[in-house]
Amino acid sequence: MKWLGAALLGGSLLLPPFLAGDFYINLASQILIAAIFALSLNLLVGFGGMTSLGHASYLGVAAYVSALLTSRYGLGHGSAALISISGTVAMAAFFGVIALRATGLGFLMITLALSQVLWGLAYRMSNVTNGDNGITGLTRPAPFGISLDNPVAFYWFVLVVTVIAFAMMMVFVSSVFGSSLKGVRDQSRRMAALGFNPWLIRWITFVYAGFWGAIAGLLYVYYHKYIHPSSLSTTSSAEALLGVIAGGSGTLGGPAVGAALVLLLKNYASAYIERWNMLLGLVFLFIVLVMPAGIVPGFSKLMAGLRRGPR
Amino acid sequence: MSTSSGHALEVLNLKKAFGGLTVTQDVSLKIRPGERRLIIGPNGAGKTTLFNQISGDLRPNFGSIRLFGTDITHLPPYRRAHRGLSRTYQIITLFSGDTLEHNVSLGLLGLRPTRWQMWRPMSFYRDLATEARRALDSVGLLHLADHPISEIAYGEKRRVELAVALAQRPRVLLLDEPLAGLSNTERAAVKSLIASISRDTTVIMIEHDMDTALDLAETVTLLNYGRVIVDGERDSVIADERTREVYLGT
Repeated sequence: MKWLGAALLGGSLLLPPFLAGDFYINLASQILIAAIFALSLNLLVGFGGMTSLGHASYLGVAAYVSALLTSRYGLGHGSAALISISGTVAMAAFFGVIALRATGLGFLMITLALSQVLWGLAYRMSNVTNGDNGITGLTRPAPFGISLDNPVAFYWFVLVVTVIAFAMMMVFVSSVFGSSLKGVRDQSRRMAALGFNPWLIRWITFVYAGFWGAIAGLLYVYYHKYIHPSSLSTTSSAEALLGVIAGGSGTLGGPAVGAALVLLLKNYASAYIERWNMLLGLVFLFIVLVMPAGIVPGFSKLMAGLRRGPR
Repeated sequence: MSTSSGHALEVLNLKKAFGGLTVTQDVSLKIRPGERRLIIGPNGAGKTTLFNQISGDLRPNFGSIRLFGTDITHLPPYRRAHRGLSRTYQIITLFSGDTLEHNVSLGLLGLRPTRWQMWRPMSFYRDLATEARRALDSVGLLHLADHPISEIAYGEKRRVELAVALAQRPRVLLLDEPLAGLSNTERAAVKSLIASISRDTTVIMIEHDMDTALDLAETVTLLNYGRVIVDGERDSVIADERTREVYLGT
């Protein structure tokens, strides 16, 4: 059973470049990018119990910084990526100090407010960000001289990054630190009495999530070769949050599945119905009613039930 | 007044109010190293609120708290834990989805630098598991070490609470109603467990069950309406008229 699952997963990740057309390969790349983004948000939401509605900040800022540095200031992709990632991580460190003054709803509101500030800046500071027109004419990097301009090459690139991201986040949440993070999520008072510093644990996680948000942002801007303020919008944060919750927060695979679902709905449904958001809403309503813990925990429960046989 | 360093825990003129309601009024306690102190008083006397201030969950409005001569009044709870203060809770706050071993291991980790390890799982540290199991063995729960907390009985959870606290080898241990809700047999088991705590640990205990708790205590503090009413050797406090007044309402 486990092997079958692994084979299916491996197949669906490795085969698209050989079987599918460019449209689907591009769709697969987008799904992987959205999955990294959702996974990074899940560090906060699922493992840290910090529901953020501003995670797009890290994706958007990393994307904008890279876009500006490469297009306007003529920097190479390597140094632009480095500056973009370290800048975004520094921002996460700063935002974390502000947002973690509160927990729960207060935390959510602060993250939302901070991301709205950035979104507003991207819109209004048009002399820098080009405002509503976005920044166009961007290029993709060519690591080790390999051009990523064709969809297959780009897919492989994204896949490698995704595997690394997934592995690193898995190690993080399974580590000793990850255990204390979950402890702080469930009983922060008790954890403090045991000698753990809940604030610092949350803050480190916040910064780490910001780092992977930045990685997702770089891939995002490489893929689209274009960046628009909407990448910083609340909608962008909320879609990721929906993906995390629908897929199963606090699980490793859940957010990836949820992110894929959101993206597929967005791409397919919007071709047929104009109000695809409504369909998205209905699908989520269905998930919340039928599998309150999310798709992945829901299905594993279902499978466990089937194996035990009908009662 | 002598120097404060002679005491394990020293509470001086502590005051805490929630709005207009004063729950701790000018409370002072001096507890010697190794002492067994019982804190009694009717419901709402401010016993748990006092504990919460000692452990750092609540900040007092006034007064100071010293642990082995060091002022800890303004330290966050985790710093106090690192200075040797440990506590249990009246309402069980264990991690119910995790195993007994995991719960005790977390307690051990809290005081070790290993807790910041970000790429190795807990299972990598075998000594952690060994020590956690030893602590569970000491409370007679080794056979349940791999069971999740949610699967064990209430009385057993109380003992896990104790195991978590004792595994930390605290210098001062605060026990908030360790016998609450236990059956007679469990009560006897927990009682002998508390009686067996090393004298390196100072034990301060809130308990309603006087029959059991008085046997464990050397000194008793009676609180009422947030004030210390009587404070002293066990027998003198029991014999004191004011104790009878508070408890019998004469």
